[in-house]
Amino acid sequence: MRARVFVTLKPSVFDPQGTTVAEALHTLGYAAVKDVRQGKYFELDIDARTPDEARRIAAEAADKLLANPVIESYRIEVDTATAEAVTR
Amino acid sequence: MTTISDELIQQHGLTRDEYERILHMLGREPTVTELGIFSVMWSEHCSYKSSRVHLKTLPTTGRRVLQGPGENAGAVDIGDDLAAVFKIESHNHPSFIEPYQGAATGVGGIIRDIFTMGARPIALLNSLRFGPLDDPLVRRTFVGVVGGIAGYGNSIGIPTVGGEIAFDESYTGNPLVNVFCLGIAKADEIVKGVASGVGNAVYYVGAKTGRDGIHGATMASAEFDEKSAEKRPAVQVGDPFMEKLLLEACLEVMRSGVLVGIQDMGAAGLTCSTCEMGSRGGAGVTIDVSLVPQRETGMTPYEIMLSESQERMLLVVKRGGEAEVERIFEKWDLHAVRIGEVTADRRLCVKHHGEVVADVPNAALTDEAPVYRRPLAEPAYLADAQRLSLTSLGAPPPVRDVFRRILASPSVASKQWAYRQYDHMVRTNTLVIPGMGAGVVRVKGTTRALAMSVDGNGRFVYLDPFIGAQLAVAEAARNVACTGAQPIGATNCLNFGNPERPEIMWQFARTVEGMGAACRALDVPITGGNVSLYNETDGRAVLPTPVVGVVGLIEDASMVVRRAFRSDGDAIVLLGTGRDELGGSEYLKVVHGVTRGTPPALDLAREGALQRLLVRGVAAGLIRSAHDCSEGGLAVTVAECCFTTGFGASLDVPAVAASAPEFGPVATLFGESPSRAVVSVDAGRADELVRMAVAAAVPAAVIGRVSGERIRIAIDGTVAIDEPLADVEALWANAIGRWLDRPRAVA
Amino acid sequence: MKFAVVVFPGSNCDHDAYHAVTHVLGHDAAFVWHKETSLSGADVVILPGGFAHGDYLRTGAIARFSPIMEEVRRFAQAGGPVLGICNGFQVLLEAGLLPGAMLRNRSLQYQCEYVFLRIEQTDTPFTSACRQGQVLKIPIAHGEGNYYAEPEVVERLERNRQVVFRYTTAEGAITPEANPNGSVRHIAGLCNEARNVVGLMPHPERACELALGSADGLVVLESVVKWGRESFLGDSRTDVTRDRPQEMTPDPISVR
Repeated sequence: MRARVFVTLKPSVFDPQGTTVAEALHTLGYAAVKDVRQGKYFELDIDARTPDEARRIAAEAADKLLANPVIESYRIEVDTATAEAVTR
Repeated sequence: MTTISDELIQQHGLTRDEYERILHMLGREPTVTELGIFSVMWSEHCSYKSSRVHLKTLPTTGRRVLQGPGENAGAVDIGDDLAAVFKIESHNHPSFIEPYQGAATGVGGIIRDIFTMGARPIALLNSLRFGPLDDPLVRRTFVGVVGGIAGYGNSIGIPTVGGEIAFDESYTGNPLVNVFCLGIAKADEIVKGVASGVGNAVYYVGAKTGRDGIHGATMASAEFDEKSAEKRPAVQVGDPFMEKLLLEACLEVMRSGVLVGIQDMGAAGLTCSTCEMGSRGGAGVTIDVSLVPQRETGMTPYEIMLSESQERMLLVVKRGGEAEVERIFEKWDLHAVRIGEVTADRRLCVKHHGEVVADVPNAALTDEAPVYRRPLAEPAYLADAQRLSLTSLGAPPPVRDVFRRILASPSVASKQWAYRQYDHMVRTNTLVIPGMGAGVVRVKGTTRALAMSVDGNGRFVYLDPFIGAQLAVAEAARNVACTGAQPIGATNCLNFGNPERPEIMWQFARTVEGMGAACRALDVPITGGNVSLYNETDGRAVLPTPVVGVVGLIEDASMVVRRAFRSDGDAIVLLGTGRDELGGSEYLKVVHGVTRGTPPALDLAREGALQRLLVRGVAAGLIRSAHDCSEGGLAVTVAECCFTTGFGASLDVPAVAASAPEFGPVATLFGESPSRAVVSVDAGRADELVRMAVAAAVPAAVIGRVSGERIRIAIDGTVAIDEPLADVEALWANAIGRWLDRPRAVA
Repeated sequence: MKFAVVVFPGSNCDHDAYHAVTHVLGHDAAFVWHKETSLSGADVVILPGGFAHGDYLRTGAIARFSPIMEEVRRFAQAGGPVLGICNGFQVLLEAGLLPGAMLRNRSLQYQCEYVFLRIEQTDTPFTSACRQGQVLKIPIAHGEGNYYAEPEVVERLERNRQVVFRYTTAEGAITPEANPNGSVRHIAGLCNEARNVVGLMPHPERACELALGSADGLVVLESVVKWGRESFLGDSRTDVTRDRPQEMTPDPISVR
């Protein structure tokens, strides 16, 4: 099962990288883009029997390692389609 | 088996003649894997086929030289049973395609070349050249390159202690990124890249191999055209953390005594390291590429052999030492994998799951690679470009304006915007930080220090390669001598256009001749270096740019001097003489937009005398600060001595006899005559220095005093420059930052 | 006094801390590999600067799980003095031994330059030989030194006098220009509630010898020696460096 973990800076934390990206987009002519917040994205390939189990494991991973609770929050999506056999 | 078509041969960058030679050497058609192997080993970047005949003429020996060209880096004896191991390399083409990673992997590559010799890297320098900063794409390249150098160097913990950055239109589509690294090794424990001892194991360690960088070597051997953007996948992503682990683990393995030889996998990856090690050891190497750790699936032997994935090393281990090697690498969470062994047949034999896919004599790939004596022809532009009629340029602007314009021009302005991003203090050895002259690091465990500088001037070489190359050597050695260090060795990076054009080859040949002459006269042997050709876009080449890195030794680290004035009241002494020489100067470029004339004349005997005087003067505690005159001339040199420490100066200098009288002040203040230095001395000892200089046949004159908060320069009593120091320093300090505040291209 | 310098894969300033302690200060130091589970009787623990684990994921985020950190935690809980420098400070933050977190510098650039630090508290092991309000010239070298903590946490730190070092001008004044990275309240370093664990972003070990540009950092190491004597040995000697500092060790080509 694949769990997607989206880690973002908490709203109260100043995000200079996001601000810089927004400014760059404005320079390219995208004035319609009002604000940008930059975060991290993780894809976890998890051996789990149910989506709930996968979600629980992903949440523990996020709590322990993937996100720093002082400055970051996260959300999880679980993809129930089995990961394809890796041949790529 | 795939037929080798003409198109396939051409795609591999081989000529029909070269292919015929391969047929002859093998006695049969090559396999596709073998074709790939030949194409990278015979590429310009790996074989030096256009440059070898010329490079052979350079002086490469000396009483301190422990290792000359031919190994991964050069080495000189620095006393206390220690050696300084150093080299400079280029990563120009990748830095155009992907500035951050191109520069980062360039840093990674040169660091590996140093520690593979058994030396702990302790300092980095870089020499960078870009197009004009008013071009948003150039700004993006500049920011990316500086970021990449910082990102890699800082992460691996090696200080960047100096360098140079220059700008000119010719570099717009072809930035130059030359990186220098220096390390310390025990003189009798220098490790070579050699494979020997039949049956000894060949180990692979480091990052897994992927498809990145395939044909990087051939890319570096070709010019850019519109299709170049598609070559993006050929740039690798560096992993400085992996390299840090490799560095520590490899140095530990070298102490274990079970290593026969080691080489890093750089250009042409596994191919280059295996055949070169075999070639040096007079042995053969057999490997099975199916054993190579891979991070992508379905890689073919061709891809594995040509991959330029970063941070990989090849080791040859003594029989019985395998377990120890594996244990040391495991400790650092690295996996050393045995992939083959040393044989007696002097061939490179590549297997895939036991089946032979390539079997080539080492010599064919190395010593017997093509060597060309390409045609030379004096370029058509030269005669005209060397003509300079100052009067035809119109009256020069007021000296005050020229002064400010030159100080604010990016090539001369403060580079602090860049070097503030480099950790220049890690390892607590840095005695002279960037922006203060040549970089100087102490050698812990001894009383000594090492000074190092990288210098080049494309304009001078363009106008006269023979003289220009000598000026580059002289400048680098002079920068080093200004710190009080005796120059003891050099490395060079030769950045030129397409060698198949006779005019370019002529520039190259004359450059090497000039370089050799200067290195001999100044007793600074070349211990190794790099050649980067094909720096051209759409047929327009870069200014021919040889970059020289000189290393010097200071016996007493506590005596090191820097370029800035140190106390109010000190006497300022000008060593050397200026002449009416504005050819190729920053003045002509910045004010009149031209690169014309002939470079300043250089008397190597006088240059040597000046450098020896500087070393003696510093050692005697007489010279308190020293700065050599180069781009921008005397006025810029004096200004730079005032900057940072905030001491002003009041000077009166003799006028240079100018052929065009209205250019007199400009020639005096901004002419770039070599063999000059501005030094400061305790006022009571100025006479002593002048006497020492006279005895050494070095012209010397007290020209003024460190005082106040202004820069005041008079010429034969008439004030020419009188500016508030803080004002002028702000102009110089903020120039580059101001350019970068403008929007730059994002993708 | 015996100093333990913890070495994570990717630590770079371990050699610098070792040199400062052994050659300049004249005391004993030992490298402790991150996989070890014992601090071998050290009196002081230093977590040095560098790029532990390449700073991947977040600075210090992976290093905090190293086996040695359990031992460091025990040592700290027992009141032992722990100094986290730069990356070491980041590891302490991720490990929860100090409150708060690090963000990227406001400038988004790595900055290597001298700054001025004002000593705010002298009752920690690493500032015991300092004067209140003393200003030190110390270099920084970091890309992520922008200290952040939630407002309630910051208030608590101030109330508890846990802010130990603040970025100021050379005269000790708080101005926007004096803050190199945007840290909240100009916080350059702080301590835990028990006041034995101290973290700071600047590098005192790089400022122990005038030849390198500043010797103001030495007092941070001298402080812990003084503190050690007074706490453990009841010693009131004022000289903290040994009569004969150990011989300068050669730049290790390989120490381990």
